[in-house]
Amino acid sequence: MKEKLQALRAKALDELSAITSSDDLSKALEEFKVKYLGKKSELVAVMKGMGALSPEERPIMGQLANEVRGDIEAAFSEAREKAQKADLERKLIEETIDVTLPGKSSPMGRPHPISAVQTEIENIFIGLGFEIVDGPEVEYDYYNFTALNIPPDHPARDTQDTFYINSNVLLRTQTSSVQIHAMEKKRPPIRMISPGRVYRSDAIDATHSPMFHQIEGLVVDKGITMGDLKGTLELFSQNLFGEDTKIRFRPHHFPFTEPSAEVDVSCFACGGKGCRLCKGEGWIEILGAGMVHPDVLRRCDIDPDEYSGFAFGLGIERVVMKKYNIDDLRLLYENDVRFLSQF
Amino acid sequence: MVLSMKWLSDYVKVDASPKDFSDRMTATGSKVEGFEDLGEKIKNVVVGKILQIEKHPDSDHLQICQMDLGEEAPVQIITGAQNISVGDLVPVAKHDSYLPDGTHIKAGKLRGLPSNGMLCSLGELGLTAHDFPYADEDGIFILNEECTIGQDIKEVLDLNDVVVEFEITPNRPDCLSVIGLAREAAASYNTPLKLDAPKVKGAGDGDKIENYVSVEVLDTELCPRYTARVVKNIKIGPSPKWLRTRLRNSGIRPINNIVDITNYVCLEYGQPMHAFDHSYLAGGKIVVRRAGENEKITTLDDVERQLNDKMLVIADAEKAVGIAGVMGGQNSEINENTKTIVFESANFYGPSIRTTARGVGLRTEASGRYEKGLDPENTLPAIERACELIEMLGAGDVVDGIIDIYGKKQPQAEIAFDAGKINKFLGTDIPEQFMLDTFKLLDIEYKNGKLYPPSFRADLLCMQDIAEEVVRIYGYNTIESSKFVAESLVGKRDDKQRYLADINTLLVAQGLFEVRTYSFISPKYYEKINLPEEKRTSVVISNPLGEDTSIMRTTALPGVLEALSTNRRKRTDVCGLYEMAKIYIPVEGKDLPDETMTTVIACYGMGDFYNVKGYVEEILSMSGIKKYDVCSEKNNPTYHPGRCANFTKDDKVIATIGQLHPEVLEKYGFDLPVYAAEIDTEYLLSIKNTVREYKPLPKFPAITRDLAFICEKSLEAGTLRRAITKYAGNLLENVTIFDVYTDAKLGDKKSMAYSLVLRSPDKTLSDEDGDKVVKKVLSGLEREFGITLRS
Repeated sequence: MKEKLQALRAKALDELSAITSSDDLSKALEEFKVKYLGKKSELVAVMKGMGALSPEERPIMGQLANEVRGDIEAAFSEAREKAQKADLERKLIEETIDVTLPGKSSPMGRPHPISAVQTEIENIFIGLGFEIVDGPEVEYDYYNFTALNIPPDHPARDTQDTFYINSNVLLRTQTSSVQIHAMEKKRPPIRMISPGRVYRSDAIDATHSPMFHQIEGLVVDKGITMGDLKGTLELFSQNLFGEDTKIRFRPHHFPFTEPSAEVDVSCFACGGKGCRLCKGEGWIEILGAGMVHPDVLRRCDIDPDEYSGFAFGLGIERVVMKKYNIDDLRLLYENDVRFLSQF
Repeated sequence: MVLSMKWLSDYVKVDASPKDFSDRMTATGSKVEGFEDLGEKIKNVVVGKILQIEKHPDSDHLQICQMDLGEEAPVQIITGAQNISVGDLVPVAKHDSYLPDGTHIKAGKLRGLPSNGMLCSLGELGLTAHDFPYADEDGIFILNEECTIGQDIKEVLDLNDVVVEFEITPNRPDCLSVIGLAREAAASYNTPLKLDAPKVKGAGDGDKIENYVSVEVLDTELCPRYTARVVKNIKIGPSPKWLRTRLRNSGIRPINNIVDITNYVCLEYGQPMHAFDHSYLAGGKIVVRRAGENEKITTLDDVERQLNDKMLVIADAEKAVGIAGVMGGQNSEINENTKTIVFESANFYGPSIRTTARGVGLRTEASGRYEKGLDPENTLPAIERACELIEMLGAGDVVDGIIDIYGKKQPQAEIAFDAGKINKFLGTDIPEQFMLDTFKLLDIEYKNGKLYPPSFRADLLCMQDIAEEVVRIYGYNTIESSKFVAESLVGKRDDKQRYLADINTLLVAQGLFEVRTYSFISPKYYEKINLPEEKRTSVVISNPLGEDTSIMRTTALPGVLEALSTNRRKRTDVCGLYEMAKIYIPVEGKDLPDETMTTVIACYGMGDFYNVKGYVEEILSMSGIKKYDVCSEKNNPTYHPGRCANFTKDDKVIATIGQLHPEVLEKYGFDLPVYAAEIDTEYLLSIKNTVREYKPLPKFPAITRDLAFICEKSLEAGTLRRAITKYAGNLLENVTIFDVYTDAKLGDKKSMAYSLVLRSPDKTLSDEDGDKVVKKVLSGLEREFGITLRS
């Protein structure tokens, strides 16, 4: 019996090493398993003969039989593992794809570039503790002009050609009207911006549009200085155009601020050396700003001896056009997707 | 305002290049738009004397000139001009010279003979007969100037001037003058202003102004001051070259000595002047009064103007002879036979001049100045300057005496001065002494701690105004940036702003492009979308640019469709657009319309009706709106009657979606179906529920039952779904349609298949539980619709 078992082991191991080169390895392994380790295997048959052995021999043979079975099993597992690995490798090779074919996606649309820039600007001011306020576009003359120190027949009205609904109601020419609404509704501290559509009676061309977008800003509090205005606009410009951006104030006149300034930022294309974008100036005019005029504060029942404030306004289209180097304003309102998809 | 630097140098000495001067003036508040060196373009053009003239042997019209250009040998130049004679002094463009239009003159040959330059006409030097009235405009410019042979023509003709163009803001009418800008330049360079009062000798012949004219001002509110002088023995003629040159360099065309003097004084002092021909003033009277209703006058530009009683006129005893502050009348215009003139130097109330100028549709140099509010103190120096120039030019004899009607003087502003307060307001540290020096340069008087601005600075009224004066001279860019220290505030978007941003994100993620279209549209746009009459009432712009932009839209759909059709015309195959913006709904009895948020989607080539429906469903899902109805809408004329639906909640429409009506498609020129959605975003805002509450995940598994029904074709899936939901009871977790099917065998019926998901929170459902629900549903549907399971 001992010989039988050992012969069986040798035969099984030989056969196993032989079948590793067979074409259908998994089928051959299955057959091997049935033949040598199954219920009807030779090993089982041999072990059935154990009953005929003497009680002394039985445990020895039993142990040997188990050893033989263990050896075959171990060899079989190893072979099967190898086979599985080989299988997997083959499968992986078969499944190779051409990774250079184009990707599939459901394409996104895009926000309009005016919205994109508006959101960017809003986010900067939100970070500085500003709230966003909306105001009416069809507006009383009072809010758009008179309350901003531009009474009827003031020459400053000529600088903003106005669409009128009637003598009392107009399409706002500037988001500055929202300053007045904000100060009527709220007491200082006030820190707000107001983006929106404004209207001026300018014929459409490459740099003019009868409708465009502005963002107005207003801060009113105790002890606000012109230095604070400059600091805020500097911070804003550096966030929008890059941290090396410098700003420059030029004296100007707006009826509702005193002192007033036009604000230039150093050209973000050339860094101030002068290029096509800044027309060789090194600077780009981007904002109007100033300290809120005491009469405007007074009109909103805010005491100018106690409070001071600053205000600023910028045209979103102008920023969009400079930022993306767009030379024709009309593109922004034509809404051609070949244009819109570039942002 | 165009400023001649030569003229400026009469008043202030500025030693700076044009570029540096421009930068400095801009930095102190007088914005420079640009500057031009007038003679810059003319190079190598000199005075030449004609020594000899011969006919060209091979030409009928060319002449050969030997020219003395102050060089060793004469220079031969061939010309086609005929108005020249030997001995004439003419401008000569030498070999390698440049003319104002950029022409480069080089030596060459004309009909075989060498010509080493060109004799110049007025036009070739960029001039006209107005600049040199004695010259023949059609021929060579025969010089009648003091000059030497070979002298640079720029010197001879006074062309070596630099002119600087300023953009003057409306609060500084005083800077619309040479003296005003000289004062600014003096302050900017901390250098004295040389300003002498004009001196008039007068005729001294015992004649008096009262012998000629009397002035009566009937409306002192509209005319605070009226100053007049008379000049007799007028000799009308051209002005001298220096005066003409200054006018020309300032952009004013020289006319004759009297007109030129009024223009010169206006430029120099900023005070508009007018000259009447005394012989046309009936009764020797000047009456400043309001016009009569429907009074008419023909102005100097030969146009009859209709006046009204809000307008101020200058009249004689009988008729209006000028519209005050706007333009003189033709009936009293000076002409070559004028013998005696009356100079007017008056002050008028700005807003009234502005109204009048707009009313008669005539904006002039004078009205543009008056409407900004001029200094009444300026009328006298200006008229004196005019008379001084009359005497200087020998243009007439100034009659002794001045008529000066000056009503109430403007009270002088008084502003408390506190250097500390100014520095605190600006966030600066400007020395008090600098401030006081600046006040001196700007003619602001400082007395006992108070400031008294000069009469020409009506814009200085409060501390903030003074702060600006100080800091603009000190330098805006010396202000140190600071970060304000204040109560901390939370900066954020409010609920509405966040919600709208979310909708934007959602629509962009669906592949739609955001557009921005004009808020004003053409009334024709309503016709294009078949909008019912009752929805067309709009806010109307009273002075639109054109019909295209004449009303405020009550719907954003046509604007978006215009953009969509533009894209289609440009051969874009797939296009989906949306706009989220305001519409303007007029409200009965209110001045202002309701401005409400709308969202409009329009697309083609991106699927069908159900894709657009899906966009709206996604928005509703994001908005936490679970219960709403979708009903077909057959009566919306914008849309296909069989392919339009309304989303409603509480019987109010949230959104309308549909395929555009074929008529609408045709009007926009679409060659394929277009789908659109109009969403009442303002209503959505009021019903949205973005509060979320966690529901425990189910503990027990669900079972499903799929049911296919045969029913009438007209039965809508939504109706059946609602019925299933009603009959299934509370074990029904979800029901979805997964198949709609028709074929010839079914005839006028269709099959619709639904999948029901059933679940109990308390136990695992058995098959029997499921069957019970199915039975309830089937019997309910049979009762209600007579429909049965598909076998």
